[in-house]
Amino acid sequence: MKLAFDIALRFLKSSKAQTALIVLGIAIGVSVQIFIGSLITGLQKSLVDKTVGSAAQITVSPKEDGDFILAPQAKIKTIKAASPDEIIHPVAVIQGPAIVKTADQSTTIVMRGFDWDAAQGIYKLTDRLVKGKLGTNENDVILGKDLSENLGVKIGDTIEMLTPSGKTGNFLVTGFFDLQVKSLNESWILTNAGTAQAFLETGEGVSQIEMQVSDVFAADEVAMLVEQRLKDNTLVVSNWKAENEALLSGLSGQTASSLMIQVFVLISVVLGIASVLAISVVQKSRQIGILKAMGMHNLKASLVFLSQGFLLGILGAFVGIGLGIGLSWSFATFVTNPDGSSLVPFYIDWHFIGISAGIAIAASTLAALIPAIRVSKLDPMEVIKNG
Amino acid sequence: MDNCVVEVKGVSKVYGKTIKTVALDKLDLGFKTGSFNAIIGESGSGKSTLLNIMGTLDRPTKGDVIINGVSTKNMSKGRLDDLRNETLGFVFQFHYLLPEFTALENVLMPYRIAKGKADKKSQERAKEILSLVGLEKVENNLATNMSGGQQQRTAIARALMNQPKIILADEPTGNLDSQTTDSIYQLFRRINQELGTTFVIITHDRRVAEKADRIIEILDGRISLDIVK
Repeated sequence: MKLAFDIALRFLKSSKAQTALIVLGIAIGVSVQIFIGSLITGLQKSLVDKTVGSAAQITVSPKEDGDFILAPQAKIKTIKAASPDEIIHPVAVIQGPAIVKTADQSTTIVMRGFDWDAAQGIYKLTDRLVKGKLGTNENDVILGKDLSENLGVKIGDTIEMLTPSGKTGNFLVTGFFDLQVKSLNESWILTNAGTAQAFLETGEGVSQIEMQVSDVFAADEVAMLVEQRLKDNTLVVSNWKAENEALLSGLSGQTASSLMIQVFVLISVVLGIASVLAISVVQKSRQIGILKAMGMHNLKASLVFLSQGFLLGILGAFVGIGLGIGLSWSFATFVTNPDGSSLVPFYIDWHFIGISAGIAIAASTLAALIPAIRVSKLDPMEVIKNG
Repeated sequence: MDNCVVEVKGVSKVYGKTIKTVALDKLDLGFKTGSFNAIIGESGSGKSTLLNIMGTLDRPTKGDVIINGVSTKNMSKGRLDDLRNETLGFVFQFHYLLPEFTALENVLMPYRIAKGKADKKSQERAKEILSLVGLEKVENNLATNMSGGQQQRTAIARALMNQPKIILADEPTGNLDSQTTDSIYQLFRRINQELGTTFVIITHDRRVAEKADRIIEILDGRISLDIVK
């Protein structure tokens, strides 16, 4: 084994230009894989993050409209127990429609109330607050940026609201938020749990329990676990995947096409290595012939070429990782939106890179199999007869 | 035949399936341990075929090759490889050194084929052999950075590395000038006398053949002359 490896190393060193060419071929293949893989993964991550990163991914709500979940904290405990590692940021939400009335206009809104600290996990309101502060006193509210503009409201103003049941109340505007979704910024008014419960008359109950999951793509499985754990016919468990099928099919189409590109890149790399090594067998047939005449076994002679494939794979993979990361970084740095932010964020998945490198090394070794078989069949007599 | 290190018994070699060419025809021949033999003959007489069959590089169509008293007829490829590595040394007209390796590394190659790694003892032995063939000064030169004579001497040193019982040489000086040819034969003789290695040398140079203890002439695949001095 050691001899085969040493000979392989010498063969590679002796034809440096040829070796460099194959290494470059593998490296380009690996770098394209890493680049495309990182690009697609980065793109998907940012897309999913933008779509559901700051929203509830699983929602537990009463089956009947107008019903409430009583004892929400006990329910949250039960829900969390369904999958303690996956379920994160559970929060009880009180919500209901209302009409905001100002001097010259009135508009329908959704009032949502929750414990600010508990809601921070999903909605990150401290980051999303563009002006003012979160109101903690009774009847403090914050408005969506667009709603405040539509209504012409300033911080410190008082607005009047009316529920469908006819209850009215006056509320102090303490801040404006921007959730980066216009429809939400135009229609949501957020407040603390106590204010919402009093105004919407839910008593101690809440409208729904929202949560996120560590692995967003496992939301459907976790939702099922939650449902099994709750064993409550009056509740419905929904998840973002069921509600965003079009997005998901887009993502899986993207994954499939990226996989196809990667497979074809891999095939071309394998063919490239196999053909160059096949030429190398012809070039080195004299050496292989005499080694066999001196008693080298067929298997060991084949190992020389398999070792060459393996060494080329390792070298190519390392160079390719460097190139691929460089390429991804350049793309993220230099291809930007008009505001200067990256079009696709720079994202490195070491697990994926490791798999790409591993596949490249395995493929290179495999590509050397054909030349290795040719070597094992090489008859030393042919070499000696023909010089 | 007693005391024979290599022996061919009824060996025939026929090439081709439709048009048959007989290269060797029922040959019986044995070489005594420690003897120095020359095989002569015209081109195409079958002498190289005989050498390759004796060296187990080629298989006879009929007959048997007995090396060290053991028949090679039913040996597997792997076992034949080991036998060549341990018992036989080859010197060809072309040196067949590995150009990627130095003279010393080339000499060590048969040892490494058998054992994998060259230990200190084997390295010392390789150096001794290189100094025996007068190449101690160029032992670290790549095979490509040596003269024709030096390359052939390195090939001889390589053939000696595993202390083979027999050295089979096919026109070993065919590519060398007469002065180098003389020095190579003197070297063969010295090795034969000092180490007791059996030599079977193919040559078309009668002047060279006359220095051997035994001259065998092959004609049309048969022995036409066998002179023991």
